Amino acid sequence: MYDSGKIIPGLIIFVLIITFPIWYNHGDAGEVPKLELPKDAKQCVQPVAEIRAKHMQLLNQWRDEVIRDDERAYFEVDGRMFQKTLQNTCMECHKSKVKFCDTCHDYTTVNPYCWDCHLAPVETE
Amino acid sequence: MDKKRREFLKIVGISTLAGLGAPAVFDRLVSGSHPVQARASATGAQGGAGGQQAAAAGHSQAAAGTGKRYGMVIDVRKFKQYPDLARECVRVCHAVHNVPHFPDRKEEIKWIWQTPYTSAFTEHSHYYRDEDLEQNQVLVLCNHCDNPPCVRVCPTKATFRNEDGIVEMDYHRCIGCRFCMAGCPYGARSFNWRDPRQGLDMNNLNRQFPTRMRGVVEKCNFCVERLGRGQIPACVEATGNTGAMYFGDLNDPDSEIRRVLKENFTIQRKPSLGTLPSVFFII
Repeated sequence: MYDSGKIIPGLIIFVLIITFPIWYNHGDAGEVPKLELPKDAKQCVQPVAEIRAKHMQLLNQWRDEVIRDDERAYFEVDGRMFQKTLQNTCMECHKSKVKFCDTCHDYTTVNPYCWDCHLAPVETE
Repeated sequence: MDKKRREFLKIVGISTLAGLGAPAVFDRLVSGSHPVQARASATGAQGGAGGQQAAAAGHSQAAAGTGKRYGMVIDVRKFKQYPDLARECVRVCHAVHNVPHFPDRKEEIKWIWQTPYTSAFTEHSHYYRDEDLEQNQVLVLCNHCDNPPCVRVCPTKATFRNEDGIVEMDYHRCIGCRFCMAGCPYGARSFNWRDPRQGLDMNNLNRQFPTRMRGVVEKCNFCVERLGRGQIPACVEATGNTGAMYFGDLNDPDSEIRRVLKENFTIQRKPSLGTLPSVFFII
């Protein structure tokens, strides 16, 4: 092979640069997002583990029940009555989209289109 | 291989008979194994073919579901009596539902609006109209038809007829193809050419209700979200006790709207199209 003295070190340097993000961040998940939880509510509509893992399914289920099936009845959790709505139920307790929704969604690079139509609460700060 | 002409014709004949008879036998076998399904598909096919018959009969199959069919009566005379009332209805509706205002008529979004009598009732004779109809406009909105063409043409079922007879939009599913706008004979649908938030005062919204996004079609929803909370539609509420608008269940013979329909001569928009509108007008 001609110029193997240049090509092989060159290839090694290229691979090192390309894989830089992998080995540089190895074993480090970065800073875990810190959510601002509502101060005046202790209990979500579902247990924390469940709502954390499945809130998107729940929102889709609410959407289908309310719009398609016209099942708008309130439901009760720990003596409190809730409506099946993102805009008026979730955001009633979680008063800031930026400090709650966006922290995780930015961290995991997901862009849900909820807010194209639904109105996020007015950010106070 | 030595085939005689006679034998060849025999085989052809038997094959033809088998070919003609097989579908009938097959159908019988299939229907024998799934009697319910077969019957359902048979009635489905009948329903499809008999759509026009159903329209002519004056009620659709869907209406039989829960028995409810919401409808509206608009008394045009009352709107003449209270000249600002119609504008107030439009204002309230558009405020409650965050309907944007764009000055360019091509980008206009409207859920409820005023239109001249000649545009609203194209099938009625317009020769020598009386002065009132000449000068005053008619308040019109989505007719929430019993046989809605917009629902039939929607490729994603984004627009559908709910159990109470309300023709509703699911904006999550709308792909913005505008077939429904072509299908609607009343021009009750508007397309969001631009982000509707550009046409809204963002500090003065109804924060209980969403806006729409660019690229979806929108229209009146008969205040389905208010009905769910036990309220009446916003436009009807805005008319107060003037008696300019009535709202109720058309299938309930004891309802107020049926009483009004019984006591007054009413007309519907473009009745010959067979869409069976749920909005009636007292002229």
